[in-house]
Amino acid sequence: MIWDLMLAPFADFGFMRRALLGCIAVSVGATPVGVFLMLRHMSLTGDAMAHAILPGAAIGYLVSGLSLGAMTIGGLVAGMIVALASGFVARVTSLREDASLAAFYLISLALGVLIVSNHGNSVDLMHVLFGTVLALDDTALILLCSFASLSVLVLALLFRPLVLECADPQFLRSVSKLSGVTHFTFLALVVMNLVGGFHALGTLMAVGIMILPGAAARFWAESIAGLIAVAALIAMFSSLIGLLLSFHYSLPSGPAIILVAGVGYGLSLIFGPVGGAIAQNLPRRKFET
Amino acid sequence: MTSLRSVFASATALATLSFTIPTASWAEQPIPVVATFSILGDMVERIGGEHIALTTLVGPEGDTHVYQPTPKAARSVAEADLLFMNGLEFEGWLERLAEAASFDGAMVVATTGVSPIAFEEHEDDDHDEHAGHDEHDEHDEHAGHDEHAGHDHGTFDPHAWQSLDNALIYANNIAAGLAQADPANASEYYTNRAAFVAEIVALKSDIDAMMAALPADKRTVVTPHDAFGYFAEAYDLTFEAPQGMSTESEVSAADVAALITQIRRESISAVFIESITDNRMMEQIANETGATIGGTLYSDALSGETGPASTYLDMMRHNATTLSDALGS
Repeated sequence: MIWDLMLAPFADFGFMRRALLGCIAVSVGATPVGVFLMLRHMSLTGDAMAHAILPGAAIGYLVSGLSLGAMTIGGLVAGMIVALASGFVARVTSLREDASLAAFYLISLALGVLIVSNHGNSVDLMHVLFGTVLALDDTALILLCSFASLSVLVLALLFRPLVLECADPQFLRSVSKLSGVTHFTFLALVVMNLVGGFHALGTLMAVGIMILPGAAARFWAESIAGLIAVAALIAMFSSLIGLLLSFHYSLPSGPAIILVAGVGYGLSLIFGPVGGAIAQNLPRRKFET
Repeated sequence: MTSLRSVFASATALATLSFTIPTASWAEQPIPVVATFSILGDMVERIGGEHIALTTLVGPEGDTHVYQPTPKAARSVAEADLLFMNGLEFEGWLERLAEAASFDGAMVVATTGVSPIAFEEHEDDDHDEHAGHDEHDEHDEHAGHDEHAGHDHGTFDPHAWQSLDNALIYANNIAAGLAQADPANASEYYTNRAAFVAEIVALKSDIDAMMAALPADKRTVVTPHDAFGYFAEAYDLTFEAPQGMSTESEVSAADVAALITQIRRESISAVFIESITDNRMMEQIANETGATIGGTLYSDALSGETGPASTYLDMMRHNATTLSDALGS
């Protein structure tokens, strides 16, 4: 029973194993970044960045077709340009960073749609938006795993300054010149994970696996390490269940995975011990006794 | 000012005149016609020859199902005397385009008289409903989302040109349409049609021989999307393209698994890729099952000038040769 439901799909079909490995790589790489995005009140930045990488991926596609390398480099470059440009505008003008990011990502998105509809057929745009988690080949898997490893390494190096910046950005800025470096390296990590994620889940869904588990983890743990661990676990679990649902019930894989993460978020919201709806509003028995 | 106004007035008069005079009397002037997609365009070009000025809306390598009309297309349609379409709900966007462009010429439906193949009911109705919903309700906003919604639902398979017998019907309809709109050159259209038909018949006997030579246990073909129903019917082949496979946004693990299981069970030796679809999925499936990629088939659009399928006849020959090479060996 358990064998048929849970293990047989992965034992019988290589593409299921690949999809799971790809999703686990994305989960490990993207969720810690998502946790920091949430702690820094930047959750929507992830969404903006996901749209910002579209023209780069589109240009990469135009140059060399559905090539992994070209679309990856294009996406990275476009994402970095938007991140740097909005940061630069925020630092030299009076426009706040969120507003300038919004402006730049909208420009970038419009450019992307324009390029895709003018030169490719609309099929291509869909591949960028929805990804192909069931068609991951060896190079794509290697890329996803490398991105995840690199992301975790860089995050480990940046951990202290990032935590400081979450707690008190003014303090970090006053004691260290590395504040700007930290900020942009972090944005680079966001872009990198989104580009990795879009090969697996598409740009729209990659944001989901980045943000949702972090938001759900918020109701289970209080320490940052705890948040990251819970978020990564939720993301991996969602990937597994989502893929199995897709297998057993003929559901499209990407949305299935993100919806399972969404259900996880909903349950955490209600039952989570840290600030969840029930914990927050029920009389606390432990103080009464 | 006066001179300018008189120039304008005479220009208007001239324009009005050109609208009122029947096109037939402008015999030396090619009549403007529009064909919806590259395959139909090639046929119209063959039969119309030098007497028509043809605009093809969806060019080579383009996907007609998700085409989004541009203002330029609307202008071509507005100026055209004749509009050639495939019909069978293949060009879902055409009705709106013709209306928006206030097209007042004649419409020729190339599949008139074809006996259409009804879409077979698939087991999972969820998908059918989903695809149908996309097509009808969200086509404007999300036309791109359902890459081949037309394949997954609807009453009939629109890809009628994949059978050479139907191509004869197409040729007749096109010639009749042109002759009616331009009676002065009717005889020439029928002469062109006869030459085209002769080539179709010759090609048909070649392809008949190729397909007849395929061994009985090698008659299952796996393609990314379901566009070869008429070809399959003509030559008693089975084409497998699980639902959802055509659209990345709708692909499910169950579909892929079902296809892989079938390839293993029937020891299918080759799978095929198509020019207008994303082929990474097929490559992965080939990888996993040990099947080879048999080649590229052209279904809904011709290749570019330099490609192997730059005309309708080349396309049919290329597809048949590719199938026969991969399956017959």
